[in-house]
Amino acid sequence: MIKIDKLQKSFDGHDVLKGISFEVGKGQVFALVGGSGGGKSVLLKHVAGLMKPDHGSVMVDGTKINGSGQKSLRIFRERLGFLFQGGALFDSLNVFENVAFPLKEKSKLGRNLIREKVMKELENVGLKGSEHRYPSQISGGMVKRAALARALVEDPEIMLFDEPTTGLDPVTGQSILKLIDACHQRLSFTGIIVTHEIPKVFAIVDRVIMLHKGLVRLEGTPADFMESRDPVIQAFLSG
Amino acid sequence: MVTRKFGALILEYVRRMGAMGVFFLKTLLYTFAPPLKISRCLKQIQFIGFQSILLIALTGGFSGMVLGFQGFYSLSRFGSDAFLGPMVGLALIKELGPVIAALMVTGRAGSAIAAEIGIMRISEQIDALELMGLNPYRYLMVPNLIAAIICMPLLTALFDVVGIFGGYLIGGKLLGVGAGTYYGEMAHYVEISDVLEGVYKSLSFGVIIAWVCCFKGYYSGIYTGFGSEGVSKATTQAVVMSSVLILVWDYFMTSILF
Repeated sequence: MIKIDKLQKSFDGHDVLKGISFEVGKGQVFALVGGSGGGKSVLLKHVAGLMKPDHGSVMVDGTKINGSGQKSLRIFRERLGFLFQGGALFDSLNVFENVAFPLKEKSKLGRNLIREKVMKELENVGLKGSEHRYPSQISGGMVKRAALARALVEDPEIMLFDEPTTGLDPVTGQSILKLIDACHQRLSFTGIIVTHEIPKVFAIVDRVIMLHKGLVRLEGTPADFMESRDPVIQAFLSG
Repeated sequence: MVTRKFGALILEYVRRMGAMGVFFLKTLLYTFAPPLKISRCLKQIQFIGFQSILLIALTGGFSGMVLGFQGFYSLSRFGSDAFLGPMVGLALIKELGPVIAALMVTGRAGSAIAAEIGIMRISEQIDALELMGLNPYRYLMVPNLIAAIICMPLLTALFDVVGIFGGYLIGGKLLGVGAGTYYGEMAHYVEISDVLEGVYKSLSFGVIIAWVCCFKGYYSGIYTGFGSEGVSKATTQAVVMSSVLILVWDYFMTSILF
């Protein structure tokens, strides 16, 4: 479904991605791991079409995303949900308005239907009762939940998660991962999760990609990752 | 080495000017391409226009009162104090009204627009809009442009009216120029072309405020550094650049067009 082919990107002469290639099958969830500054978020932004690569391409169902016209990018984004590291909730809107925003702006659903759908999504992420609160009035975990509800409210086929548990305590982080898994079971989306949450994230992903110095160091199942004798991976696992 | 650095600096400025030009053209394109976000436009009209009324009335009133004083003492030296009305009227309608109103709106609303868009940029809210398949220009720039174009002539008119009345309070009530003389001579000497000059200026100043402030906010983090410091710089640059452009453009409009 998602094919990343020889992706290269540099900033001010510094190579961040040096030819990344891998494929994510329909309904699969991949974990993208690696050290800080290793290009994980940059790679994710390429998949979302927010950045253009210097070389290489991102294809979704055979259609090139990067460098393609605005129309094909718009069509791709109709199928996409993205959970930002900081949530990226609109701070002038309350939780309900944030989750309702994409439906209000893009769908032709009536007010009651939108309300019903939003409340159902808020219930799914455990935020029922907090719909009138503003992003500045809720905790980091609640912001992530609200952002997840907003990303999922349109039932996306592809979900991208940029460090969904960063900045959260271990219990809240674990609950977010469980929530992502529950949403995957319900919606069967294809997903990529950029995370440092090792090995907790392995319980909810099919495969793992380890990025190191702009290259794929390992691609395999969570078991392959845990059993790897690669010193870089060993060092990463031992922290 | 110095030449190379200087050349790079020039190229960077040219690139930014090009980016500003493209930004303006895109905003213009989406202004005329439906759908228009009417609720966002109304919200910005309320913010830029309605919320500036008190400030504009206050500054307009005091500007007119100062003109009343200065005009009376200057004109009375030549025995022409009867022309206080036309002097205050023409100065406000042609020049001071559009310029001071625009500078006030830049300080009050333009800075807030740049800061709001800048914060949206650094907190990835603009990226979120894009990833929802929604066009940031349509949501953020177009409503500000339309609101500024609608509000600036109205605020300028308010500034002029309150300023003229302020001039009358000083010239008429305090210094003894009769109301008939003050307003009668003003009606005689101020022509519709003078009023139109003020309207054209205020319209173009509205465009400058929306364009520069939105651009600076939208590209904060790219051209002005990262984080809150970047937004702070972007806001300062937005106010300074808008103010300078307003004065420069005012000169060109006055000298070439009128």
